[in-house]
Amino acid sequence: MRPAIFSFCSDPDVLDTFRWFSCYLTNGVHWSFYLSFLKVLALLAVTAPVALGFGFAGAMAARSHFPPLSWLGKGYIAVVRGVPDIAFFMFFVIALDQAFEWTRHKILCPDWTDPIRQGNDFLVCQAAKLPLGSSPEWMHETYGFFLAVITFSIVFGAFAANVLFGGMRAVPHAQLETAEAYGMSRRQTFWRVLVPQMWVYALPGLSNLWMVLIKATPLLFLLGVEDIVYWARELGGTKTSKFTAYPHGDWRMWYFLFLLVFYLGMTRVSEIGLEKLMRRLAHGQATSGGELLRKETTA
Amino acid sequence: MKNLILTTAALALTAGIAMADTVRMGTEGAYAPWNFINDAGEIDGFERELGDELCKRANLECEWVKNDWDSIIPNLVSGNYDVIIAGMSITDERDEVIDFTQNYTPPDPSAYVAMSDDVDVTSGVVAAQTGTIQAGYIAESGATLVEFSSPDETLAAVRNGEADAVLADKSFLAPIVEEDGDLRFVADEVPLGGGVGMGVRESDAELKEKFNAAIQSMKDDGSLNTLISKWEVSSTF
Repeated sequence: MRPAIFSFCSDPDVLDTFRWFSCYLTNGVHWSFYLSFLKVLALLAVTAPVALGFGFAGAMAARSHFPPLSWLGKGYIAVVRGVPDIAFFMFFVIALDQAFEWTRHKILCPDWTDPIRQGNDFLVCQAAKLPLGSSPEWMHETYGFFLAVITFSIVFGAFAANVLFGGMRAVPHAQLETAEAYGMSRRQTFWRVLVPQMWVYALPGLSNLWMVLIKATPLLFLLGVEDIVYWARELGGTKTSKFTAYPHGDWRMWYFLFLLVFYLGMTRVSEIGLEKLMRRLAHGQATSGGELLRKETTA
Repeated sequence: MKNLILTTAALALTAGIAMADTVRMGTEGAYAPWNFINDAGEIDGFERELGDELCKRANLECEWVKNDWDSIIPNLVSGNYDVIIAGMSITDERDEVIDFTQNYTPPDPSAYVAMSDDVDVTSGVVAAQTGTIQAGYIAESGATLVEFSSPDETLAAVRNGEADAVLADKSFLAPIVEEDGDLRFVADEVPLGGGVGMGVRESDAELKEKFNAAIQSMKDDGSLNTLISKWEVSSTF
């Protein structure tokens, strides 16, 4: 057992309230709880740019002049947006994991004769397991986290693709025509004129997505990653004195209240950040926001 | 050295099912005294102690994995861990999907817990955990079943009046009833299931035999009974 941080924690039964809580809130399970906040923040920090990348690629594909690519982009947007998140998370992750293992199995164990699917079982050779059965638990957890990032990115990438697609179309057509008149190629027009201007149209939609992503993190537990909601439920549940030195009643309300504060805090911070970003992007744009900024600086 | 590795690899391949270096044990971690997370954040309980002892006897290296009850069987068959050891009763429905070792606790009664004595458990609202034998039993008993994904939530439902009673393993309910003055056992106990066993993949006959032998040896020398009494999970063999 991990030694308690404070020396007086050896017998919690005799402690006064303040000391009891300082011991309770620093025991091993609570560190797992605090660690899960970092996990969620790390997931957000990694997923957001990756999903934006997926979205950008999807939007570019969807407005491509090459039909198969355009179908692919539009198909991705339509299918992923149409499937309920929870179904996607249940099905897709297991399928993705099995696809990885199946591929490795074919490469690493060509001599294997048994079928991979035996009834309900999915069997690959030990060398093809991901991560290897012998690898330490943190590798398994990192792998689960990695699967979570991919899945979140694909789902949110589809929504982002739709938003960016709309943003690209919202850029005034006259701008593109002018670029063409100046002799820019289609590629140059896209990167130099369209992309810098589309963000201001896409940002409201993207900020919505970001907010939804923040609140979607409890889906992590479906993937075996223990997130903050899992721990709040686990820690807040009634504990009897037989199995813990810190028995208490049903405290889920307090734990969830704490999560509420956390999420509201995240939302507020995001709002402030997005507001600043919007101001920056509106600079010099032919929009009402840009016009407002121009008047502010000239006045 | 390189040759040695190659030979072992070749041996492992020709042996059909390669020897698993590490056996991963999947459990729920929310069902004291069977399995729960202790203050240090580790998996603890009757099954932790039992599993470690069985692995020692079967000469296996074991690693513990926590998994949600809802997806505990799908994750076993897709190979994320090798064994379910989570207070899972042996039933015919589950046996169609996975295989069980011999039971390590005898069939034991489930019990109803409610806030008052005059609850009618055959017509009222009864809570149970999703996918348990108790949930199946309530659905057939005529009562209205409300399901929750964790055992603790089923009790919370009774405490806040959402359900009239909860049906669960008596060993899980007993320590809680002991400490909570409002809760009490009501109605008759119901015998359910064929005892608790470890779940393994149907294709994993070798591992199943190893654990069967280890459980048998613990039954024979009485150490299993000692462990059962220590954690008060069920009657003894």
